[in-house]
Amino acid sequence: MTGTPPGGRPEPASVPSPAQPPSVEVSGLAFAYPDGRQVLFGVDLTIGRGERVALLGPNGAGKTTLVLHLNGILRAGAGEVRIGGLRVGKRDLPEIRRRVGLVFQDPDDQLFMPTVGEDVAFGPANLGLRGAELTARVDEALAAVGLSEHRDRAPHHLSLGERRRAALATVLAMRPEVLVLDEPSSNLDPAGRRELADILLGLDVTLLMVTHDLPYALQLCPRSVVLSGGVVGVDGPTRRLLADPELLARHRLELPFGFDARALLTESDVAIT
Amino acid sequence: MSGGHAAVAVYRPRGTVLHRLPAECKIVAVFGYVVTVVLTPITAGWAFAAHALVVIALGVLGRVAPGPAARRMLIELPFLAFAVALPFVAAGERTELFGVVTVSRDGLLQAFGLVARATLGVALVVVLAATTPARELLTGLDRLRMPAVIVAVMSFMLRYSTLIVDQMHRMAIARAARGHRPRTLASARTLAMALGSLFIRSYERGERVHLAMLSRGYTGSLPVGLPREPASRAHWAAATAAVAVGAAIAAAAGVARGLG
Repeated sequence: MTGTPPGGRPEPASVPSPAQPPSVEVSGLAFAYPDGRQVLFGVDLTIGRGERVALLGPNGAGKTTLVLHLNGILRAGAGEVRIGGLRVGKRDLPEIRRRVGLVFQDPDDQLFMPTVGEDVAFGPANLGLRGAELTARVDEALAAVGLSEHRDRAPHHLSLGERRRAALATVLAMRPEVLVLDEPSSNLDPAGRRELADILLGLDVTLLMVTHDLPYALQLCPRSVVLSGGVVGVDGPTRRLLADPELLARHRLELPFGFDARALLTESDVAIT
Repeated sequence: MSGGHAAVAVYRPRGTVLHRLPAECKIVAVFGYVVTVVLTPITAGWAFAAHALVVIALGVLGRVAPGPAARRMLIELPFLAFAVALPFVAAGERTELFGVVTVSRDGLLQAFGLVARATLGVALVVVLAATTPARELLTGLDRLRMPAVIVAVMSFMLRYSTLIVDQMHRMAIARAARGHRPRTLASARTLAMALGSLFIRSYERGERVHLAMLSRGYTGSLPVGLPREPASRAHWAAATAAVAVGAAIAAAAGVARGLG
């Protein structure tokens, strides 16, 4: 293997370095679909380098729409998006798409090549990598998600957990700065959830995770952002959010039955509340 | 998820010589051999028997499972129906068949040619499919300079047909679970609705796949795949030898006709 493996350092620093621009800077972002339906009404969101943030919100709150702005699939109606200081726009689209790795909810949407290895090679090949360099990048990404031995298998022969990890590898192969995951835990069995969490926690990237799975958000993301009615409604520590039943109810968020988030609060949290 | 897959594929992974031969060599060999079959004069029945022996020998060499291969060959049936009609509709000298019906002698010969050539061609393709994984066929076509767009379309078909078939099965099970029994003509309406929704879903999936591709920097041209070893001279020699056998049979039949 060459270069730095994506799974190199565990526990990335949560404190953004002042010298580097934040990974994600969204300011005043508004967007309406061509049919006139406005979804985003001025979103402001800054995510520092190495931060892990959960993006929560009820269905239809505009989470997916926001995410599709991060790599320039959708163009901002108003406001702007910067990734690592670079403004998202037509000119720098290839670099933006390298910096932002988007993992879609259904791995079958992401994995379209006949074999896992070829699929993982798709992104870096679009970046211009060829030959041994490309092979090395594929090996590196597959090793990071523990699928090295599945390189030549067809995606439909893998389990859902394996396919989701393979989908993750397809974007890790582009060495993104920001990893955006859409509902990464949906339909996974508990072992698949844990395996994915272990991998995600070991990555040295900025992480933005769209989810309805509040315990998973708690496990992976110290910070949570709730998108509600097309704006950022809440932005704060995940533990505090989950311990506030009123706040959750206001944004149509619910913890699974039997889950008591109050037990998570430390004494200092309680003192603040 | 891959439940529907096994029923679709005729390919069996084995380590025979035919399996090891690179796909592009096999594709060229099959195409070349089919040309020799077409060039063989239909008056030479023995030549078609010789071709059949060659195809069977290839099947044995590639350890092709006879049952699945035979089922696969049913795809030929619509063409056979046409061949059966031919002796009755063709013009020319009439002859009695089994002392029951009068048919065109020319049409009979043409029908034989059609059946023999089609059967040999389909059998060859089945041997190819049984000894080559589908994705290697695509690699082979790509190596043979098939336009990238067509290879890409075939690759998408290969990837998503199993998903769509699985989805169709699940929808059928869900219908059956609600007491639907597709027996009457009225159930055709239900089936049509199901196919319609399957089409919409597949269309939407296509859009999502495209989005996911764009997100990974897709700009309209598929990059070359992972590097693989090209076919050696020995491989090409083997492919040429197979075609040469077919050509020899065709030539012998041609010469025999010339003499007779």
